[in-house]
Amino acid sequence: MSRKISMRQAINEALDQEMARDPNVIVMGEDIVGGAGGEGEEDAWGGVLGVTKGLHAKHKGKLLDTPLSESAYIGAAIGAAACGMRPVAELMFLDFMGVCFDQIFNQAAKFKYMFGGKAETPVVIRAMVGAGFRAAAQHSQMLTPLFVHIPGLKVVCPSNAYDAKGLLIQSIRDNDPVIFCEHKNLYGLETEVPAESYAIPFGEANVVRDGKHATIVTYGMMVHRAMDAAAALSKQGVECEVIDLRTLSPIDWDTVIDSAERTGHVVCVDEANPRCSIAADVSAMLTQECFKALKGPIQMVTAPHTPVPFSPVLEDLYIPSADAIAKAVTRSRSN
Amino acid sequence: MTDSRIVPIVMPKWGLSMKEGKVTGWLLEDGSKINPGDAILEVETDKIAGAVEAHEAGVLRRRVGQPDTVYPVKTLLGVIADPSVPDTEIDAFVAAYVTPAADEDEEDQGPKYEFAETGAGSLRYAKRGAGDETVVLIHGFGGDLDNWLFNIDALGETATVYALDLPGHGQSSKKLDNPGLASITEALNAFMDALSIGKAHLVGHSMGGAIALQMAAQHPAKVKSLTLICSAGLGPEIGSYVDEYVAAQGRKDLKPVLEQLFADKSLVSRQLVDDVLKYKRLDGVEGLLKSLSQALFAGRKQQDAPAAQLGGKLPRTLVIWGKEDQIIPASHAANLPGAQVHVIEGAGHMVFMEKASDVNNLIKAHIAGS
Repeated sequence: MSRKISMRQAINEALDQEMARDPNVIVMGEDIVGGAGGEGEEDAWGGVLGVTKGLHAKHKGKLLDTPLSESAYIGAAIGAAACGMRPVAELMFLDFMGVCFDQIFNQAAKFKYMFGGKAETPVVIRAMVGAGFRAAAQHSQMLTPLFVHIPGLKVVCPSNAYDAKGLLIQSIRDNDPVIFCEHKNLYGLETEVPAESYAIPFGEANVVRDGKHATIVTYGMMVHRAMDAAAALSKQGVECEVIDLRTLSPIDWDTVIDSAERTGHVVCVDEANPRCSIAADVSAMLTQECFKALKGPIQMVTAPHTPVPFSPVLEDLYIPSADAIAKAVTRSRSN
Repeated sequence: MTDSRIVPIVMPKWGLSMKEGKVTGWLLEDGSKINPGDAILEVETDKIAGAVEAHEAGVLRRRVGQPDTVYPVKTLLGVIADPSVPDTEIDAFVAAYVTPAADEDEEDQGPKYEFAETGAGSLRYAKRGAGDETVVLIHGFGGDLDNWLFNIDALGETATVYALDLPGHGQSSKKLDNPGLASITEALNAFMDALSIGKAHLVGHSMGGAIALQMAAQHPAKVKSLTLICSAGLGPEIGSYVDEYVAAQGRKDLKPVLEQLFADKSLVSRQLVDDVLKYKRLDGVEGLLKSLSQALFAGRKQQDAPAAQLGGKLPRTLVIWGKEDQIIPASHAANLPGAQVHVIEGAGHMVFMEKASDVNNLIKAHIAGS
């Protein structure tokens, strides 16, 4: 059966069902059980935003509260994965990934290649991404492009509860390391989600709105901004196709190219900083693959090339708005 | 404003998730005479396009809904009234019409879907109407009870109608021991027992038709009549649809497969494809569909001949086929001596969606004839 639940609940349910299905699935991270891990505090936290709440009681011994040392427990998770477990490590904020880059970039991402396919690293690293949470420059970044750059990593960023559950289940079942990016401002958003388990294959974008005049390519939180922009433009008779990439690596070029060839106008929206972003990547690829089908210059709407401001006023300005996306569509069409 | 001489035509609600629909065009002019069941205008939702049908006789006095405009469910789209009603009263009716809030209405009607706990698992169903006669709608391979969205309310006007999700389908349990025609028919039997449905008019589409026939063979006392729509079980031939449906992994593979279902391929919307993909991706579905298709349709041949098991004791039977059916040939309609047969032009395998009004009228007359 299907019912409306939040993205937070959908992620919790995916972890719950996969731990029940496969005894090799374990979950580790800071405060994911109860902070200190003592009896009296069990399940007190369920992670910094309550995503894993209630799981400890159902899956005794499968949730490990780790010391406050990302480099240690991400390394431990990768090692456990190489030895046959399927760990899901929660890294709280993607911003903290910096201290464990060697474990991720040089170890997890390379094992399969360097050991001739004999070693696999089925680890999932979950982390929060994105601005709008008044959490300042070290807890608000959209660092997806860093991980997309590394061959051997898969990178996922869902925009809603349905996709979050199906993509997290796929991430756990996948035999490669997956960086699973959860936008903090989407945790409360409710969508229709089946109670049963299901997996959404990687590399399949979702066309969330059909349109013939322009294509908006985006992912994560920006899908909702793009939909707002498309709704506003529709009132002016401009119909935008909105593509939610869902997985950034692998990426569904077919769907993007097919849409760009039909509409001829493309706006790439990314909450990341502009240089070497997903928006830049998609723009460059489209220019190479379907230049002749384009009727106007590809537009990019991204955050500015600055840290995320702590001032609420500036932070709101920093995040790409629906208005900025709509203006970019108009700009492409007026060329 | 409760003038019984004036009947509003409103934006219908097809399926649980429908909140609004787009008027794509009127099929009748102002002043047209209307009989119950006539298609009046066409509406498109994100899932499906269809025709809004008249429930009452009268004259189309006013077309309020504008083509290519989106309206919320229950918005006034037009007015039917007797010619004797003056224009001023029609104007007043239109001016005073207030669209009921969709949510309040849903609570009044109770839950749209319920679950029956049976020996064959938890089976989802919908129930409409409260008439003396009982009708059970049985969907086809890979389908679900929402396939009947254009039929269930119309049939519910005169009968008590149940539509179920078969095991492994829709939101019912994704398990079926010994998948095959016999086991899935016993699941239907268990469903009828769980809801204390003693004897019913069975309406089956495709594989659901074969199940209805098998039910008549195994449990004749529970079958009052049969309506078989583009039914399996009436001949050996079947197209490549089932194999391709099971094999399709993504939107691009699935869309051309689903297009085989309709004479008008434009009816296959992105939302329809996405909904089927969401179902196919549930754990357990792929394996169950594979074994079921192997048992029923191995090597693109229908493996069962349930009609032969009836031993000539065919209940009163109506056979309906879409002439352009690409999955099971319409020639099978002639393979059941003693049945009343209607082959409908301009429709494919989903004839009960594409020509809902015609099919609903045929089924209603068939049930009333008992």
